[in-house]
Amino acid sequence: MRLLEKLGLAAAACLLGANVAAADTIVKWLHIEVNPAQVKIWEEVARSYEASHPGVKIEMQFLENEAYKAKLPTILQSKDRPHIIYSWAGGVLKAQVDAGVLEDITDSVKSGGYSDTIAPAALAAFTQNGHVYGLPIALSQVGFLYNKDLMAKGNVDASKIKTWDDLLGAVKTLKAAGVTPIVVGGADKWPLHFFWTHLAVRVGGKPAFDAALKGENGGFAGETFQKSGELFKQLVDLQPFQNGFLGFKNPQAVGYFGDGKAAMILAISSFYHTQRALAADKVGLSDDKLGWFDFPVVPGGKGQPSDTLGGITGWLITKGAPKEATDFLKYFISKDVQARLAAGNFIVPVVKGAEAGLNSTFMKQIAANLAKSNYHQNFYDQSLGPSVGRVVNDVTAEIAGGSMSPQDAAKAIEAAYKQGN
Amino acid sequence: MARRIAIASPMGVAGETAPQVASRGPSWDGRFTVLILFLPPALLLFTLFVVLPIGEAAWYSGFNWNGFGRPTHWIGFDNYRFVLETRAFWLALRNNGLIVAVSLAIQLPLALTLALMLAEKFRGAVALRMLFFMPYILAEIATGLIFSFVYDGDYGLVASIWRTFGAEPPHLLASTDTAMLAVLIVIVWKYFGFHMMLFIAALQSLDKSLVEAARIDGATRSQALRHVVIPLLYPTIRLSVFFAIVGSLQLFDLVMPLTRGGPADSSNTMVSFLYNNGISRMRVGYGSAIGVILFVICVTFAFTYKRWFMRDE
Repeated sequence: MRLLEKLGLAAAACLLGANVAAADTIVKWLHIEVNPAQVKIWEEVARSYEASHPGVKIEMQFLENEAYKAKLPTILQSKDRPHIIYSWAGGVLKAQVDAGVLEDITDSVKSGGYSDTIAPAALAAFTQNGHVYGLPIALSQVGFLYNKDLMAKGNVDASKIKTWDDLLGAVKTLKAAGVTPIVVGGADKWPLHFFWTHLAVRVGGKPAFDAALKGENGGFAGETFQKSGELFKQLVDLQPFQNGFLGFKNPQAVGYFGDGKAAMILAISSFYHTQRALAADKVGLSDDKLGWFDFPVVPGGKGQPSDTLGGITGWLITKGAPKEATDFLKYFISKDVQARLAAGNFIVPVVKGAEAGLNSTFMKQIAANLAKSNYHQNFYDQSLGPSVGRVVNDVTAEIAGGSMSPQDAAKAIEAAYKQGN
Repeated sequence: MARRIAIASPMGVAGETAPQVASRGPSWDGRFTVLILFLPPALLLFTLFVVLPIGEAAWYSGFNWNGFGRPTHWIGFDNYRFVLETRAFWLALRNNGLIVAVSLAIQLPLALTLALMLAEKFRGAVALRMLFFMPYILAEIATGLIFSFVYDGDYGLVASIWRTFGAEPPHLLASTDTAMLAVLIVIVWKYFGFHMMLFIAALQSLDKSLVEAARIDGATRSQALRHVVIPLLYPTIRLSVFFAIVGSLQLFDLVMPLTRGGPADSSNTMVSFLYNNGISRMRVGYGSAIGVILFVICVTFAFTYKRWFMRDE
């Protein structure tokens, strides 16, 4: 198997390498971005870097998201590994560091005060034991996007949804008014895991998660995580989702929201964009019809209302990469470039001051939320690594489907965590 | 041969064996050259791509390993225990059993009936054969995608059929009760044409005079069918059953675009279970253990089946 993959990779590398003209240094950059508008900006950035650094060539390679995740261990252990790779930080990053396939770029990042320009929490996500292995590029937040027209139709005031019970109440009212309250891509499972994990963030806060990682208080089978499942079950029991939600993949669900068929979606902030592209008419909901409220709080919960769940994404430098790779990455994650990406409202930037480039109220709000968050929980399926993260996804889908109790779900996660660590 | 002759006629030992040895020399040389030329490439490829991966999988199945670095954390047979403790594994096994059952109970009779009708020459027979064979030519992934649209509860064909009867359309792929049923229907639709073609080929190579003889002896059409044609088809039926079972054990690419094994693992097959729980979770050891179990099932089945049912072929 491994040998086979190595052969395949070698062949692919030959093919890819064949059309590259000889340059002094080639920096191989592997990305998974599918939005052409964003890739176009990246290309421009790469070309302008090449222009100011003669003898360096930036070569962009693309892999689809799931394929990338599946192939990554093999790619990283081949001699032809790319120099810059995409990362969601978390448990996967830790495994890569432990395996010694990443380059320690601490010195380069600390030099000249560069690291001070980056939001500390974001940089910390790419730091292990005091060593920096990559740079963050963007943050995202999970919360509810809503359709103002449909909320009005159901006579629900979204600004009043502050607690979990408020949300349950809104769901009941919307259902009574004949509006589908929430759309979710249940077949992909991770959109469902947002409910459960964000509840855990609200119920237990950072201390509960840290304790679970250490196996204290019953680990992931402990009270916080059982409670999260029970609260999630309260929502599920109201049948808040669109018909057949377990068969919907995420793009379908986001498109369904963009088509104006459901009042709410528990979204990553980037869905603000994707709902347009995925809507049937490719237009989606305009800004004036779109609203956002943060995930409701749970009375008595230990988490702060300002705590956030979301992604921290960035780029890693692999072992043996030329120093130009790090240099280019620092150029790429600089105020100018980040401001350009922010101006297109593609990202919530991580470089201080670049958020000034954001020009939509929506993205500004997200950036403000993230700025005041003291505990930004990375997506569970990333921070716990695939072996546990996928189990979290599975069991939340099972709670949603009614085939597993919240208690058993929490136990299953703990069992997976014990097996994997 | 030489020895048998030698024993049979002790009188002519010298006379008989001498020419035998002489003639054996060159023929052995010839075979030796063939062996030298043709065996190594096949042996090398077979070892490299079949034996080695099986050995590697068996080796990895003893480790708790996420695919990075070298496997170091030896846990013995724990991975096998974990697999057997997973509910999804038994569901997958049950689903494979269901596929086999449906293949045998519905698909093969359907294919055989159609073959009996279409093996005869009449206008349109060839066109119909092509039509029924068409689904088999289609790529599995494409079939899965097409049927995921057909089954769609909002826009799909099934939904519009339901609506014409004024009923609220179901989301077949989104319910644990119906997802596997929906997958089974696609399997039958996709593969019956293949089995039909096998039967047609067999029917056309049948010795017609046997059927004619039976008819002359006064057998009715159905008697001739039951007592002459079907028994003559037994070798093909056995082959078809073999393909159906092996196919079910390997089924993967049809399931992924349809349901990805969900909801709640209700439509996983052994291979999609391996993919979902081994590969996408980067649990190489656990995945290898599933692979080894699947391998043992396949090999046991293939050899037992060949030994019991396909002895004559």
